[in-house]
Amino acid sequence: MASESPPAAAPAPDISPATPPIQPGLFELFVAFAKMSLAGFGGVLVWARRGIVDQHRWMTAEEFNETFALCHFLPGPNIVNLSVVFGSRFRGIAGGIAAFAGLVGPPMVIATILAALYARYGEIDALRRILAGVSCAAVGLLIAVVFKMMMPLIKKRDVVGLVMLVAVFIAIGLARLPLQAVLLVAIPVSLGITYIMRRRVKA
Amino acid sequence: MNSQTNPVSTLVWTFGLMSLFAVGGANSAIPEMHRVAVDVHHWMDDKQFADIFAISQLSPGPNVLIVTLIGYAVGGVVGALAATLAMCGPTAVLAYYVSRLLQRSSHSPWPAIIQAALVPLSIGLMGASGLILALTSDRNWVAAMITVAAAVLAFATRLNPVWMLLAGGALGFAGIIG
Repeated sequence: MASESPPAAAPAPDISPATPPIQPGLFELFVAFAKMSLAGFGGVLVWARRGIVDQHRWMTAEEFNETFALCHFLPGPNIVNLSVVFGSRFRGIAGGIAAFAGLVGPPMVIATILAALYARYGEIDALRRILAGVSCAAVGLLIAVVFKMMMPLIKKRDVVGLVMLVAVFIAIGLARLPLQAVLLVAIPVSLGITYIMRRRVKA
Repeated sequence: MNSQTNPVSTLVWTFGLMSLFAVGGANSAIPEMHRVAVDVHHWMDDKQFADIFAISQLSPGPNVLIVTLIGYAVGGVVGALAATLAMCGPTAVLAYYVSRLLQRSSHSPWPAIIQAALVPLSIGLMGASGLILALTSDRNWVAAMITVAAAVLAFATRLNPVWMLLAGGALGFAGIIG
């Protein structure tokens, strides 16, 4: 793989001819993503941006935003998608795998150890009390993220978006319908309405 | 879907499929994980699910590692590995091909439309995650107050979330939550 020319990695030359993009190697990709991942408590995105854009200068902030936007609308864990897309831009499939392994491998080992400890000691009363407290706070953090993400929709007065949001919340959170069934209806409806609204704005 | 089959293959099938429907990431898929792990397969009870969520938030790395913990509870180390790869693999392959496709046609309006259409859905899913986890974690009003306090602090300040998790743990250890 090393002898292969990097697949369309360089940004279009008219954007920033001043700084040639630095090409990370496979091992560098693995280490960089392992570091970001292990630093990231409650979300790796902030650290990924810091590592990729500020520290290594592998991408400009704009390129990073574009790549992340792509990974956000794809299903699945966003940051995992980002690692694969990012790694493969520089080093093809091997690069994608190296970045993915760095992101998921080391923390997965830690999570497995914690899971084993929990399986063995989870019944201890003090530990149960601590975890109960942590989970109360962790739920609060998640709810805060939800409200932070809702703010742009509210500011834009995106009525359609807010209605879809509430509908999905009710279907999954209150009615407890299966995810697949809800999304098989919600995704086409939301796409259709968004598409029609945009065409109307243009017309 | 019957419980007679090998639990590890059930894990792979369940999370592999979930991966492709997890719009907005792992935290959006929590209601589905809860439904599958607690209601459908009875791999764990509510309390254990809340514990596993707490552990996943306490450990570094992407949020998706909650499936590592669920996998371990079902099938040990093999289960942990299988669940994690199943949850990450299909969507990673999809991401790879879509990104290559989009590099060729970067002026298409569709990425923006798809994103605008999907973001509200993923927020709704995450809201549902918050609700379901709150119902499993917050057994009394003190616990609910901790959740509300953490939510307000995380929303209004730039305090590192780790401190709120640790504070919650300390309050729990002190026996306030009961």
